Amino acid sequence: MIDWVHTGPSIIAAFLASLVEFVEALTVVLAIGIVRGWRPALTGACLACGVLLALIVGFGPMLQTIPLNLVQLLVGALLLLFGMRWLRKAILRSAGVIPLHDEEAVFASETRSLRQSGAVAVSGWDGTAIAGSFKIVMLEGIEVVFIVVAIGATSGSLIPPAIGAGIALVAVILLGVVLHRPLAVIPENALKFAVGVLLCAFGTFWTGEGIGIAWPGEDWSILALIAGFLVAAGAAVPICRASRVIPSPVK
Amino acid sequence: MHALTTAFKELVSLFVDDGTLAATILIWIALCGLLLRLLPMGSWQGPILFIGLAVILIENARRGAKSRSG
Repeated sequence: MIDWVHTGPSIIAAFLASLVEFVEALTVVLAIGIVRGWRPALTGACLACGVLLALIVGFGPMLQTIPLNLVQLLVGALLLLFGMRWLRKAILRSAGVIPLHDEEAVFASETRSLRQSGAVAVSGWDGTAIAGSFKIVMLEGIEVVFIVVAIGATSGSLIPPAIGAGIALVAVILLGVVLHRPLAVIPENALKFAVGVLLCAFGTFWTGEGIGIAWPGEDWSILALIAGFLVAAGAAVPICRASRVIPSPVK
Repeated sequence: MHALTTAFKELVSLFVDDGTLAATILIWIALCGLLLRLLPMGSWQGPILFIGLAVILIENARRGAKSRSG
């Protein structure tokens, strides 16, 4: 029987986190493809995917050979650091302290800087474009790999988070092929807020297990932690809004 | 060497954006692990870990809001 208490949140967390990262990577790969050509853009992206796949194959099984409570503590603490960083940023964005991530603006700025970076190589080997595409897919992809491996290692199976990430990848590629422009309609901050809550809940649960905490209700505590972080983050938004120091107009 | 340093910095920045937030989280985890061994807290262990983390998040975000807009 499928354990939906673990599997459901694992798939959802991996799907949402991967969606955000893939959308960010797609924006830059699209800009490179449109300005410098599709061959170098896709070559760089495919090379990065190959390296990422090697990381999953290399590190996934390796984590399962380490004692479970050590993995739970290590991965739980990393998930917590990762999730709290996302959630803090999402809270500050929701409170209007830092600007929202704008994919259209990123696309425009990337396109402009690619046009300024010189002529496209005639030989077909456009190092700038390949390196740019490789770098962005590697950067965003490594976050996806971390989430998939971390959730998979602690919950005992890489399959549910890999399914979540796979669905997100297919969805973003399809949308990219159809639209041929950045996916600005995706509510990125709301997604980051939700993913931050999920990662913090998972991170807290696994860290607790790692230091020997006996959670009341065992795995069901994850749902209570999700609700708890949602309330805490929701409460933080108006607090941050009220803490903003609005500069007085110059007389 | 420069590429390796850059890659390491990028890797660290995945987990650490605000050094104070990361340090406080790790200290709180260590403190909870220590308290667990010293005091019998029963079913309060988990809620105490969570409450501490929630307070750290809210306080850090509030300070971030104050310093960024000030």
